[in-house]
Amino acid sequence: MSTPNGSFHQFQGTKGYIAGASLIDAVNCAIALERPLLIKGEPGTGKTLLARHVAEGLAMPMESWHIKSTSKAADGLYVYDTIQRLNDARFGDGDVRDVRRYIKLGPLGRVFSAAERNVLLIDEVDKADVEFPNDLLRELDEMRFTVLETGDEVVAAKRPVVIITSNNEKELPDAFLRRCVFYFIEFPEPDLMRRIVDVHHPNLDATLLDQVLIKFYWLRGQSELRKKPSTSELIDWIAALLRSGVTQQQVEQHLPFLGTLLKTEQDTDALGRYREAGGALPRKWSDLGPQYQQ
Amino acid sequence: MFLELFYGLRDEGVPVAIQEWMMLVRALVMGQHGSSLDGFYHVSRACLVKSETYFDAFDRVFARVFRGVEGELSVTDELLEWLSDPKNARELSDEQRAALEELSRDELLRRYLETLERQTERHDGGGRWIGTGGHSPFGHGGEHPTGIRVGGEGRRRSAMKVAEERHFRDYRTDEALDLRGTVVALKRLRQLTRQGRPDELDVDETIGETCRNAGEIELVFRPERKNNVRLLLLMDVGGSMDPYYQPVSRLLTALHATRGLRDFRAFYFHNCVYESVYSDARLLRGSAIPTGDLFRQLDERWKVVLVGDAAMHPHELMSAFGNIDPRKEAETPGVTWLQRIADHFDRGVWLNPDPEKSWPHTRTTKAIASIFPMFHLSVDGLEKAVAALVGARKVA
Repeated sequence: MSTPNGSFHQFQGTKGYIAGASLIDAVNCAIALERPLLIKGEPGTGKTLLARHVAEGLAMPMESWHIKSTSKAADGLYVYDTIQRLNDARFGDGDVRDVRRYIKLGPLGRVFSAAERNVLLIDEVDKADVEFPNDLLRELDEMRFTVLETGDEVVAAKRPVVIITSNNEKELPDAFLRRCVFYFIEFPEPDLMRRIVDVHHPNLDATLLDQVLIKFYWLRGQSELRKKPSTSELIDWIAALLRSGVTQQQVEQHLPFLGTLLKTEQDTDALGRYREAGGALPRKWSDLGPQYQQ
Repeated sequence: MFLELFYGLRDEGVPVAIQEWMMLVRALVMGQHGSSLDGFYHVSRACLVKSETYFDAFDRVFARVFRGVEGELSVTDELLEWLSDPKNARELSDEQRAALEELSRDELLRRYLETLERQTERHDGGGRWIGTGGHSPFGHGGEHPTGIRVGGEGRRRSAMKVAEERHFRDYRTDEALDLRGTVVALKRLRQLTRQGRPDELDVDETIGETCRNAGEIELVFRPERKNNVRLLLLMDVGGSMDPYYQPVSRLLTALHATRGLRDFRAFYFHNCVYESVYSDARLLRGSAIPTGDLFRQLDERWKVVLVGDAAMHPHELMSAFGNIDPRKEAETPGVTWLQRIADHFDRGVWLNPDPEKSWPHTRTTKAIASIFPMFHLSVDGLEKAVAALVGARKVA
């Protein structure tokens, strides 16, 4: 049990997001230390969602920066639209002498210059070039940068809560990691999964949910699968089941709407072969092996 | 005890520096751990460990350092003091136990906070307030069907439990070579250069030229940045390599999946490279290519990766006519061929699937390791190997 400390914003989870004690500790630690929080975990475990709910829980506005393989660190600060200025200079549109007109702040720049404290989500930082995180070190440390073209300095009045997610596609540089508070979202155990499902699909029939979860964890346990289904796919699957009015018996004997769970052809084929060979689907938790004994 | 954790982690090879340590100390001073061992476990892991691959090491060290600290730092110091001398819970009668209502967790939490506010002095026994040996839902050593623990033995998974379960064992990278990890490691295998057709707009130069041109737009193009790494892979097949079929085939799959290599060639050999290498894993005569041809076709910029267990009879490596295959007799000993490869190519590494511990006990492994830098065929080893291939050259 943590002592509520009045001087800090405290995140306690929200109605729409079930967070374990260790996650809450890590989030609050990052907020208090004013360090970026680095979240890693399997795809579909709710990394991006967490940022949105931290913002909601703390009642702060959120700015997201979705990283692509072509993203550059400088883009997050500001972009100097040279082409536009060149064009204006050539064709005489607008006041070309004012450089400021062609400086557009990026997500980082907007968050720094905002009057209130923001949550900044840097999503999938590992998508970018390996050097990308290193280029942001100073900006994230000092929360300030200079616009070279004008000499203006952008300083964060209120240090934003920075949440960074990574899918582990690339190793992040040590110097960057040093500055972060780290959290790894594990794949939820069945009990936690029940609570997560409950948030998205309240009033779901308990026996149906049980059947769904048995099938889901069974599928995840199959080593032949190339891509294991994740939480978000489970939620989609349940939504599909509910909408079509599938009964518990049908889920018990078949796997309807497999396409929401298995996303590659090889996986669907592998399951098909298994079924053709007379492979049985599990019906009870005990069919899944000792780790799921209830 | 805390420093023991720090140095314990460093001894386990977890990269913890003073910066992370100061971060943890700051968090503790702020009371982020909520004065509980569980909270301390969460906060210290978040601050000190920056990759799930080290969670297992962290758990081991944490369990070692804090074993026996199962009872814990409680909510406030006073409360801790009350609870520091646990009284044996007296046996509750069945009626009493039944009388204790089943409380939901939220309800319990609210009552706990209320009770904490009302409580002004220590007490033992009784039905409502926090203390030891009572049957209120709060406190420890007590009996209540849905109690909240305040210090003492826990019903829920405690930090020690989590640490001792070593939940994160599977995330260790020094053991397995999974495909994804391999691909990620190989992504570093690149050197970007600008070569070829100029077809990318160079904005800076365009502006410069346009200015020099008095505002008349002058477009300047430059070649795109491309990976300039050429890779030659030589693999030992058969015999002692058979048990390592899986990691080696994953490496091969990953290399084929690594788009962006400028050029990639793979050849096979058995035990040691002699006068020929083979383009087919069955080492058929028809697929033989003279090793000397490789030197002519591939220049020194090619990077060489040899994969093999390097364990063979010393005769196979050191002697003339050493090839284990009696049909192939060649005068030049294998070690000379290996040396020629190392001399011809600028950078080369040897990946060994045998556990690193066994290397010093094998003569041929030691000999080969003196020719090529040798790395373990694991994600960690592969990363180091890639660094040795494209990274900054170490000063000898």
